[in-house]
Amino acid sequence: MIRRTATGTLIATCAAALGLAAPARAETPVLTVLTYDSFVSEWGPGPAIEQAFEAECACDLRFVAGGDGAALLSRLMLEGTRSEADVVLGLDTNLTAAAAATGLIAPHGQTGPWDLPVAWDDPLFLPYDWGWFAFVHDTTRTPQVPGSLMALAESDLKVVIQDPRSSTPGLGLVMWVQAALGDRAPAFWAALADNIVTVTPGWSEAYGLFLEGEADLVLSYTTSPAYHLIAEGDATKAAVAFAEGHYLQVEVAGKLAATDQPDLADRFLAFVGTPAFQSVIPTTNWMYPARQPEGGLPAGFETLIRPDISLLLPADQAQALRGPAVDAWRTALSQ
Amino acid sequence: MAHGPVAIGAVVAAAILALVAGSLAAVALRGAGGWPGPADWVALRFTLGQAALSAVLSVALAVPVARALARRRFPGRAALISLMGAPFLLPVIVAVLGLIAVFGRQGWFNDALAVLGLPRMSVYGLHGVVLAHVFLNLPLAVRMVLMGWQAIPAERLRLAASLDFGPVEMFRHLERPMLRAVLPGAALAVFLICLTSFAVALTLGGGPGATTVELAIYQALRFEFDPGRAAVLALMQVALGGAAVLAAARVTVPAGFGPGLDRLAERHDARTPWLRAQDAVAIGAAAAFLLGPLAAVVWRGLPGLVDLPAAVWPAAARSVAVAAVSTALTLAAAVALARAVVAGARWVELAGMLPLALSGLALGTGLFLIVHPFVAPERLALPVTALVNALLSLPFALRLILPALREIEASHGRLADSLGLTGRARLLRLVLPRLRRPLGLAAGLVVALAMGDLGVIALFAGEAEATLPLIVHRLMGAYRMQAAAGAALVLVALSFALFFLCDRWGRGDAAA
Repeated sequence: MIRRTATGTLIATCAAALGLAAPARAETPVLTVLTYDSFVSEWGPGPAIEQAFEAECACDLRFVAGGDGAALLSRLMLEGTRSEADVVLGLDTNLTAAAAATGLIAPHGQTGPWDLPVAWDDPLFLPYDWGWFAFVHDTTRTPQVPGSLMALAESDLKVVIQDPRSSTPGLGLVMWVQAALGDRAPAFWAALADNIVTVTPGWSEAYGLFLEGEADLVLSYTTSPAYHLIAEGDATKAAVAFAEGHYLQVEVAGKLAATDQPDLADRFLAFVGTPAFQSVIPTTNWMYPARQPEGGLPAGFETLIRPDISLLLPADQAQALRGPAVDAWRTALSQ
Repeated sequence: MAHGPVAIGAVVAAAILALVAGSLAAVALRGAGGWPGPADWVALRFTLGQAALSAVLSVALAVPVARALARRRFPGRAALISLMGAPFLLPVIVAVLGLIAVFGRQGWFNDALAVLGLPRMSVYGLHGVVLAHVFLNLPLAVRMVLMGWQAIPAERLRLAASLDFGPVEMFRHLERPMLRAVLPGAALAVFLICLTSFAVALTLGGGPGATTVELAIYQALRFEFDPGRAAVLALMQVALGGAAVLAAARVTVPAGFGPGLDRLAERHDARTPWLRAQDAVAIGAAAAFLLGPLAAVVWRGLPGLVDLPAAVWPAAARSVAVAAVSTALTLAAAVALARAVVAGARWVELAGMLPLALSGLALGTGLFLIVHPFVAPERLALPVTALVNALLSLPFALRLILPALREIEASHGRLADSLGLTGRARLLRLVLPRLRRPLGLAAGLVVALAMGDLGVIALFAGEAEATLPLIVHRLMGAYRMQAAAGAALVLVALSFALFFLCDRWGRGDAAA
């Protein structure tokens, strides 16, 4: 152990003396992108995007994973202006108001148009992908499904959902109900209570329980069946279209105002809208790209439902509604 | 003479308290704390209720199982004892899915009920939470109580045999005093573990009625960004834990069997067919309950083994390294604390038990805040994970080592004193050899707990520091349930192998 350390020091000293190590490092600037766990894993979008961007930027793109989407905001706030990160990637529309209020995010400077179902003009947050929340079922196990939120609450079907206090999809459902039903939200939750098998802390537990056959429906995304179809050749999963419309989740990137690599960060944000980034998204993040690549979407995506009505509360309104809506959810379901 | 152990133990205890207080203070200083609201009090009541129920049930069920294991010899007994420890080593989410495979709506248990013409039962609700907690903690309770039985010196059993004690006299004179010494500690350990439960309670609780304080801490840190509130809630948890430790210390009565010569105990009692049947049922039921979900985990994991992602293996190596460092730290600290407690410094025990009631998320966030101004957190991901795991598993090690050390000092202390055996010599010649069994078990538990931990690494890990539990979590988060089940199986197999090696070492070659 001691010998190895001594040898290591010796090599480092020699390298430094010969001027080998230091200049090489100085020539390659590092761009640090703070993102969520599943983005950086070998099966996520991270590796392909890193390779494509490094090929054109003469830089080192480094991803730092900070848990899930909600953990990112918390980490940004903990780190403040001392953050090593230059770009944050993976916040969603339920969190952008709080993130904007920190003053840590600088304008992205990119212009549309985006392929989003809603107009987008946020100067601070740049959309990179999006999806509709939806309930997913197994067509062989549960062939008959209700056509609206209200019909679901009145049915006998068993559902598993996520907790809005610890999970982004869980919060998405609360916002969905709020946007679609308004004042009728508490009544909806009261009616849904007997359908709920359980509430899980995160998406993975809920989806795992659904695949185990514990529930007829699980709260997920309209794009979830694409994973089973494309990656597993399994066409039995489908999302259910609801008459009230479907709530959107738009995932966004932002430049940190305190970055020490502002130009590189701008280049990365410009890169986010290019086909090299966008074409990786559908089959790694299993979401819709914010700017559709020229070749269109991968085969299999055409089988997915496309809701007619897209719901999305403005960021500041979502922020203001979150507390009361989650309280109403908890009160109704704790009875 | 006792200055040495007390001084060392006090330093270790002070370091632990500083770490706990420092990290909570770092969290608290980041924001004004809101006083807990009505919803928090509801959560507190649920947390206490489920933890108390889980502790009482785990310990109550552990007694007949441990007694049966203590007084029966059968082929495969040692392997069964090791294997029954496995649920305690399962990562929470893996354990939940294993339980669901057995007790869920489509599980084996309900299928069996349906075959018998009985209605299906739902596992979701308070009973589901307690079921899961008993599943996870019964192994620990059984091992703690079994160790109590094994600590009854063979000489006492022979005396009992020559006096022709029946089961009633055995219970009154030997077993009852032993249980009074062992049960409060075992119940305390289970209670404290369940106090910080989060994913199990919520997933099997069936709805937001099953909200624990730990979830409120998570919510405060993640969605409300109110570190002050999180610190207040975490402090509340620690206070409850501290109260429980003090209460347990008050009701614990040392058994005081006096010294024995470490002969292998032979049980003359319990040879009647009725007691044989009773023990067979206890062992059979416990084995079925504990091994059923475990079998499900293995069954689900096998198909996933064929195409495991490459990231699994380096992550497994990192997990083993972290676990090894944690174990060394924990055992050293536990022995130091236990020696100080036995030498008279009772407060040291409180310091050693407190980490069990500490919110892992609050602790991790606090350390993150302390570390961040000086160095990029991901650079310290593995050392911090090792340190936090050592801290969080210290109470288990202490719980196992302390009663054994008390017994050693009570039985051999005076002789050692009169021989002038102190300091290092006493540690090496007297204490460590006789502590081998609890040390082995403690090492096994700590190494496996550290292998399965997900709490802290998720806060710190960057691109290249992921441990195996984090890989399982990431696979599940990306629809890859089958690969996740395979990686979870690798994790369980590794944890169990390490646990088995340590535990086996502790038990030596003895048939016990």
